[in-house]
Amino acid sequence: MAWTWFHRFASPPHVYRVAGRLTPWLAWPAAALIVAGLIGGLVLAPPDYQQGDGYRILYVHAPSAWMSLMVYTTMAVAAGIGLIWRMKVAHAVAASCAPIGASFTLAALVTGSLWGAPMWGTYWQWDPRLTSELILLFLYLGYMGLRSAFDDVQRADRVSAVLAVVGIVNVPIIHYSVIWWNSLHQAPSVMRLGEPTMPPSMLVPLLMMLLGFTLLFGALLMVRVRGEVLSRERTASWIREALRP
Amino acid sequence: MSESGAMRTALNSAFDGAGAPGNPAVPALSAARLVLARDLKLAFRKRSQLIQPLAFFAIVTTLFPLGVSPELPVLRPMAPGVVWAAALLSSLLALELLFREDAQDGTLEQYAVSGCSLTWLLAAKTAAHWLLTGLPLAVMAPLAGIALGAPGAAMPGIVASVAVGTVALSLIGSIGAALTVSIRRSGALLSLLTLPLDIPVLIFGARATELAIGGQAYRAPLELLGALAVLGLTLAPLAATAAVRINLE
Amino acid sequence: MTDFDLKAENVHLWRGDHHVLRGVRFQVAGGECLQLTGANGAGKTTLLRTACGLAYPERGEITWCGLNIREDLHAFHAQLAYLGHEPPLKAELTVRENLHYWVGVRRRLRREELDRALERVGAGEWADRPVRTLSAGQKRRAALAGLTVMHTPLWLLDEPTTHLDAEGRKLVGTLIDEHLQAGGIAVAAVHQELALSGGGQAVRRLELALAGVDA
Repeated sequence: MAWTWFHRFASPPHVYRVAGRLTPWLAWPAAALIVAGLIGGLVLAPPDYQQGDGYRILYVHAPSAWMSLMVYTTMAVAAGIGLIWRMKVAHAVAASCAPIGASFTLAALVTGSLWGAPMWGTYWQWDPRLTSELILLFLYLGYMGLRSAFDDVQRADRVSAVLAVVGIVNVPIIHYSVIWWNSLHQAPSVMRLGEPTMPPSMLVPLLMMLLGFTLLFGALLMVRVRGEVLSRERTASWIREALRP
Repeated sequence: MSESGAMRTALNSAFDGAGAPGNPAVPALSAARLVLARDLKLAFRKRSQLIQPLAFFAIVTTLFPLGVSPELPVLRPMAPGVVWAAALLSSLLALELLFREDAQDGTLEQYAVSGCSLTWLLAAKTAAHWLLTGLPLAVMAPLAGIALGAPGAAMPGIVASVAVGTVALSLIGSIGAALTVSIRRSGALLSLLTLPLDIPVLIFGARATELAIGGQAYRAPLELLGALAVLGLTLAPLAATAAVRINLE
Repeated sequence: MTDFDLKAENVHLWRGDHHVLRGVRFQVAGGECLQLTGANGAGKTTLLRTACGLAYPERGEITWCGLNIREDLHAFHAQLAYLGHEPPLKAELTVRENLHYWVGVRRRLRREELDRALERVGAGEWADRPVRTLSAGQKRRAALAGLTVMHTPLWLLDEPTTHLDAEGRKLVGTLIDEHLQAGGIAVAAVHQELALSGGGQAVRRLELALAGVDA
């Protein structure tokens, strides 16, 4: 019984339809949550007792950083499934994740740099989180570069899947070694708030942004997966039916 | 009798290629030793290529005094970083050739259909890469350290950290080399894939070297480096095997 | 005669949009040779590599002695010898060294055996020269010498007679004949008929048509 569900899920036309139907269910709540979270965080939440209003970029920075990691994990899991069970659709999902994840990583880097700039006086510091995000960006770029180096889509899928799985094993190792490296040199990090604990008025908008970004990823993923499936299956007969207006 | 046992016994004495049922004719370790011997012999036949990573290491090290300052007090704090960056790049240089030639002349394919564990054979090739690149670098590294102001007493520490670290670098590098083995002109991509994965090795290695230069105990980062090498030893050949098989499909 | 048997059942393989192998099926038993013919690009090499287990078919299966080769790929590989387009020789090593390393990974090769095999293919004089100094025909003969000392029941050969003169082509025919007489199987992709003496009953043929894009 579980197997029929699994195999139906692996069918490209099925995924195409389901992804299309899911998109509005993900996109609208995402928009609502993000708008609410931004209002809550940028306007309603109290200022931080150490950083004043300058900390508010946290409401974009933290969800971006969180998503950059979550998307990589999703990508690696999808790639692993595609590799082990030879599911084409899983590879399409992994391919769709990469540019989204890279964008979140870039957003985290830019917002992190803007956050620190007033305190540091420069636009960059080798803060452990920023450094980890930078390395994660390289991992994404490597994955996308490897994919594009192969003409044969199937080989590109499978080779980059191995890379994604190797990457996900390395991400915790890299992360902890960067923290260790940074702790040796006692560089100050501003990415911490002055409060000992976060009051609900600060926490709730943050959680809303986190959830909103997650749903946003879901919506973007559905849209991209549909595009990937179309491009991969372009010679298949079900395409004509599916694209009928 | 197991299914594969039935397959193995379908032999007649003229075809002893597969050895006795359930028993490979050549155990994995002997086959691996043979591959290692072959790679070393090949490398020594092309002696001019052997020296290139080491010359590269020397040149890169030289760039820093020229680019920064000739004064040893200025160079000494940078020495661990420079030595390790140079070691990383030199190790990377020799990686492209690790599997590429064998892929091009068909010998890699023969290993894949040899009935022998491809993982062991690729691990043997990676071991050859370390013996030809990593180990010589470990011997040269203290000289580079001294050239950058490190005291002579730091030499054993530098040798130890670079020797262990380059084991991890060869193993991590073998993954990238296997992934890109069928891509033409993969140099830049290989670096992009391998260097982020090398960063933990760089961090722990440079720290161990730094402590050695400062005359302090460097055992803790050295052990962490060793742990990375052991992790690489168990996982990297598996990833490389998967990547090679996919590229041969 | 032992029960060696290689079977391909409804094998389909796509390379991108190209449906290269379309429901290929064949069966070869011990003592038989299968000749694969077809235009360039028709999929002969792909079929051989699929039979080897190097390429993975989207549909269908390859069975050896009644068992799917994927069940125990290592055991299957131990029973086959595959010769691709180019002879798998390292340019810097001598013929003798090449064979030692190539075959040595699979079985212990005794010096007399190797010497005999080299004599057989006419490599006596140039066996100790580096491979880069040899002609294409000599390299092909060296590869054939390796084939004969592998001692495996299944031979998968991709255009074994390339670069060989008439005498060389006769040699290939003789080697395959002997292999078949001992009960082995040979599958060869060829552009011209092999010079086998066995006669009609031992030779099967399969012609592959040029693949197109899926409509």
